[in-house]
Amino acid sequence: MAASAIFLLDSKGKVLISRNYRGDVPMSVASKFVNKILEEEDLNLKPIIQEDGVSYIYVKYNNLYLLATTERNANAATILLFLYKMIEVFNEYFKELEEESIRDNFVVIYELMDEMMDFGYPQSTEPKILQEYITQEGYKLDKVKPTIPVALTGAVSWRSEGIKYNKNEVFLDVVESINLLVSSNGTVLRSEIVGAVKMKSKLSGMPELRLGLNDKILFENSVKTGAPKGKGVELEDVKFHQCVRLSKFENDRTISFIPPDGEFELMSYRLNTTVKPLIWIECISDSHAHSRVEYMVKAKSQFKGKSIANNVEIIVPVPSDADTPKFRCTVGTCRYAPEKDAIIWTIKQFPGGGKEFLMRAHFGLPSISDERPAVKPPIMVKFEIPYYTVSGIQVRYLKIIEKSGYQALPWVRYVCLSGDYQFRTA
Amino acid sequence: MSDSKYFQTTKKGEIHELKEELLSQREDKKKEAVKKVIAAMTVGKDVSMLFTHVLNCMQTHNLELKKLVYLYVMNYAKNHPDRAILAVNTFQKDASDPNPLIRALAVRTMGCIRVDNITEHLCEPLRFCLKDQDPYVRKTAAVCVAKLYDVNPELVESQGFLAILNDMLGDSNPMVVANAVAALTEIDEVSKHEIFRINQNNLNKLLAALQATTEWGQIFILNALCKYNPESSQEAESVCERVTPRLQHANSAVVLSSIKVLMKYMNSIHNNDVVRALCKKMAPPLVTLLSKEPEIQFLGLRNINLIVQKRPEVLQYEMKVFFCKYNDPIYVKMEKLEIMIMLANEKNIEEVLLEFKEYATEVDVEFVRKAVRAIGRCAIKIDRASEKCIQVLLDLITTKVNYVVQEAIIVIKDIFRKYPNKYEGVIATLCANLESLDEPEAKASMIWIIGEYAERIDNAHELLNSFLEGFKDENSQVQLQLLTSIVKLFLKRPKDAQQMVQTVLNLSTQESDNPDLRDRGFVYWRLLATNFEAAKAIVLSEKPLITDSTSHLEDSLLNELINNISTLASVYHKPPETFVTKLKGLKRGGLRGVRDEDEDEEPEYVDDDNNNISNTMSPQNSQQGYGQQQQQQPQGPQKTGSLIDLDLSDLNFGSPVNNNQMTGGYGQPQQQQQQSPNDLSFLGGGGGRGGPSTPPKVNKVLVYGKEPNHQNIVISGAFTRFNGRISLELNLLNTSQISMQKFKIQFYQNYFGITPADPILSCGSLEPNQQTDISIPINTTGASSPQMNPVIDMCIMVLPSQERFYFKITFPFNCLLTENGPLDKESYLSMWKSIPELNERSRDIPVRVQFNPDSILKSLASKNIFEIVRKRVGNQEEISFLSCKTENSIYILLELTFNYQTNICRCVSKTTSPDIMALFEHTLEFLINNPY
Repeated sequence: MAASAIFLLDSKGKVLISRNYRGDVPMSVASKFVNKILEEEDLNLKPIIQEDGVSYIYVKYNNLYLLATTERNANAATILLFLYKMIEVFNEYFKELEEESIRDNFVVIYELMDEMMDFGYPQSTEPKILQEYITQEGYKLDKVKPTIPVALTGAVSWRSEGIKYNKNEVFLDVVESINLLVSSNGTVLRSEIVGAVKMKSKLSGMPELRLGLNDKILFENSVKTGAPKGKGVELEDVKFHQCVRLSKFENDRTISFIPPDGEFELMSYRLNTTVKPLIWIECISDSHAHSRVEYMVKAKSQFKGKSIANNVEIIVPVPSDADTPKFRCTVGTCRYAPEKDAIIWTIKQFPGGGKEFLMRAHFGLPSISDERPAVKPPIMVKFEIPYYTVSGIQVRYLKIIEKSGYQALPWVRYVCLSGDYQFRTA
Repeated sequence: MSDSKYFQTTKKGEIHELKEELLSQREDKKKEAVKKVIAAMTVGKDVSMLFTHVLNCMQTHNLELKKLVYLYVMNYAKNHPDRAILAVNTFQKDASDPNPLIRALAVRTMGCIRVDNITEHLCEPLRFCLKDQDPYVRKTAAVCVAKLYDVNPELVESQGFLAILNDMLGDSNPMVVANAVAALTEIDEVSKHEIFRINQNNLNKLLAALQATTEWGQIFILNALCKYNPESSQEAESVCERVTPRLQHANSAVVLSSIKVLMKYMNSIHNNDVVRALCKKMAPPLVTLLSKEPEIQFLGLRNINLIVQKRPEVLQYEMKVFFCKYNDPIYVKMEKLEIMIMLANEKNIEEVLLEFKEYATEVDVEFVRKAVRAIGRCAIKIDRASEKCIQVLLDLITTKVNYVVQEAIIVIKDIFRKYPNKYEGVIATLCANLESLDEPEAKASMIWIIGEYAERIDNAHELLNSFLEGFKDENSQVQLQLLTSIVKLFLKRPKDAQQMVQTVLNLSTQESDNPDLRDRGFVYWRLLATNFEAAKAIVLSEKPLITDSTSHLEDSLLNELINNISTLASVYHKPPETFVTKLKGLKRGGLRGVRDEDEDEEPEYVDDDNNNISNTMSPQNSQQGYGQQQQQQPQGPQKTGSLIDLDLSDLNFGSPVNNNQMTGGYGQPQQQQQQSPNDLSFLGGGGGRGGPSTPPKVNKVLVYGKEPNHQNIVISGAFTRFNGRISLELNLLNTSQISMQKFKIQFYQNYFGITPADPILSCGSLEPNQQTDISIPINTTGASSPQMNPVIDMCIMVLPSQERFYFKITFPFNCLLTENGPLDKESYLSMWKSIPELNERSRDIPVRVQFNPDSILKSLASKNIFEIVRKRVGNQEEISFLSCKTENSIYILLELTFNYQTNICRCVSKTTSPDIMALFEHTLEFLINNPY
């Protein structure tokens, strides 16, 4: 079920560093992989490919390929997730994983690869804990011999003991991104919220935390609250960081945990919504072949009047051979981005409550054009609305109990972002 | 501090300089030098000549330096096995270092050195580390046992490490438990013996560790849980209860492994409400996979495909989440499309069709084609939607986009096959697009449509004539179809096609060197020349309707893949043994697996009459029960008992058994028929599948009643295979004075797991001197006992009420060969390559019948041993490549070399399960020398 070897390759497929865990696949297979991905048509280029009895599982990141090989019926999910975990750990270590940082840190990378996977089986991958005994400044440790962090094999494998802060604080960020898909005739095909509760904990000792949300399911199970029904939020799927006691959540719906130190994603959730899309776009285009094309784009805010959407970008695709752009808009600025074949209409502040803005654009078209069927990319919208969540989810309490009995302050922020926010064009 | 400087030394004399530095007394100098060596190693330079020098630095208290030296030794020990032994001392010393980090490091590294004289010295340190007080060392040592097993399994077994590993399942530290589980699972996979059995005792330990270990450890444990078969519905429920909270884990691999456990255990839960609740719980986590990174989405979609096939109810309301987004990678779009087809039903079809139509106007040609095909498949799948689908296809044809039109015509042809005489109205539109057709499949489809509806297309003869002009340049697919369609036209409208039919028959039979085309041409010619009416009846006969089974895997394969959720097998949709060559214990798992008798489902449109193979499976338990009962009968005949161990040379294939076993044209022609409707049209009501077929007569052999001590009954019988079903044909003659009734039959436990589908025979009472014929359907799903020789004599008993009659009957191996044994050239080649040389066997078979490879191979094909390709070598030899597949999906690949000089057929074979080969070769020799 395990990986045979792991390779880090540059964009041209040159091996930057590799580790052979099992010795059953020759290391020369990396070059076979390179040939395969360079020659194969996009269509057949899947993230998991097989060639001559060897399976290649890979992800692409920052012009790098992270590649795992195996000859067995390995657990592909584990390997893929492990590759992503490697990216996370390396980013934590070197700020940004890229060709340069690999060369600059090859000794540590070897050490990490040795520690994170044994014989192809993932082992310890918690960046915070790894950093306690595998450090970049190894020479400093000559005097103090490194020892195994207790946490490594302890029940709380993500947090070390003896953490100390003068001021104990917790910051919670509730971030919701909205995925929207609207058909060309204006029907909402999918509208989905993918939310995350991110935490930055600066707490001493081994604190026990309990988080209370206004999730409907949580509501109905806690008798004491007595809060009015129907006000809660029904989350369709919830995922927790490994610090959360899942069986406890399953039993009585309480989210209780000992947090890792620093920043981490405590939970993520997903739900479909029926609320109106926050920003609605209508686009009428009038194309006169071989001469010109005109666009009229209407943007309307459909969220509450008190909120404001910041940094709104409306990206309207235009034909790749369009020229001489002319714009007119009631608010914001327009820019032609030829590298994206699109108009980018930027509105710094878009107030809520049914405000409508208009933009008109005019392009020239060449008198000769190719006959290939036109590409029809969707209109995309980017925005962020602070102090707002679509789901209405709220942190009702965060209880922090530590045996030393200190008081800690929780801070909560809410923000709503655009995710995959697409309007198909006709 | 940046390490990149270590890469920069490229001057001459570098190696020499490094040697100097490595000999330095100063630790920091040494470390710098080793770093340079490792840097050189990283960029692929050979620095193995520094082995001794680097080894000298191993004895150090500097942990970083030690790690680097270990890394070096790990990489180059293979090149210097003799000198690597010098490292052993330090390794052993480090393995008892006071610092657990160093102890673990030593054991971990030593396990990675795959050099024999090192592994020997690993045993003692490993034994200590397995019992180390520090859990970090223990968990590392647990994995090390698996490493050692990979190099030297005998050593691990003799040293008792497996028992220690099993003890570690009760370790107080959950991470140690998890690694022990991982090691045991891996060893069990390759070992010939079962070394890791989950029972109620350790099950609870695993479930307890599951809650407390790391995310990766949880995956090891969840995967191991799939090896366990719950003993009761309650037990299955309680395991599921403990596993369901894992669905909430942030790690998608944990989620998928949990789903695998649930899918497996659900089969054992009798309470439908619980099953329904579990299905409901699985849906949201599966949907969430689609908001992860594209690679994970792809993996998730491949697995969802399996889950939807097995339990469609899980995601029945989630159609919309599979809608494609513009920026989805193409590999994600293709998988989404596949699942959309599976989930499409009468209620959501409108929505789905709108989406497909949208996709059909995108730019990616392959995606567009698949979208058009999807519309056709929905039309065939959902009767009520066919009209709407046709409308959408017509809309698409008006776009005039070349590949859209062609793809649409191909699927409309399939729709005509499903709904004959319903949508001819669209033919006019199709005919208007003839000139845009340039792909063979589209052309052939159009020609088929014209021929099929020739009587309604006024200018059919003109249309076909226009194709006929370029006949010689066409692809053979088009030529074959054109031949058939013109013959059809001639039969329907003789006047219009008199000339054309003559031309096309001439072209096919005289000017073509394609044997298929010639053969078909001759068949038509003779048919037409002999009897016009008969030709009409045959060629224009009604064709069986097609169904859409494109997205359905065979049941047994599906179940196997479900058990492999989240592994590569679930991504490739292939059983592991087809792409993994390293599984030594494969045969054990392969034959032990439970399989359904249903088979033969080609991943293409399959004729209806192929689907009525009934699935008669009796409960597994009762079969096992019988097995035990049989073994407990010491009074059972000693004679038959010894027969089980018969030497292979003793095998006799009583010729009557095999003769006439199958007659007529079953075999290759049948396979061709399934591939495309084109071929069917000309065979029509003739032989093969189309006509009413009756099982061939079987010559039964006297098996009981021939010896003096045999009394009361005479039994003769034989095994036979017909239409993919195995049965035992028996004839019973009552020679006693009383009437017999309530016949039951039992088989001795055997290597192939063959059992009667129903132990109670369907015959009523048998009066004195009366005889009766019974056909007993056979399952291959019984408990097989792998330790038995794969000998093929079966011991069977028949029990009329209380009396028992034991007899022995030959089971011809070829009964186990399925109809879907043919492979295409590529798969044959890749499979041949993937099987290790070790499994290759070779044997000379003297041919005692007339030496005619053609007839021999034809005869083999009728026994489900299929020829893939043949070539002539020189004047004296002809080589034929063949494949066949057993009931338990083991492929046997053959290379038969016929030598005309010596009259010998040399058989070279490869298979993943070599222990059945002796038997197979024996059968082959028999089949070659006894053609039907």
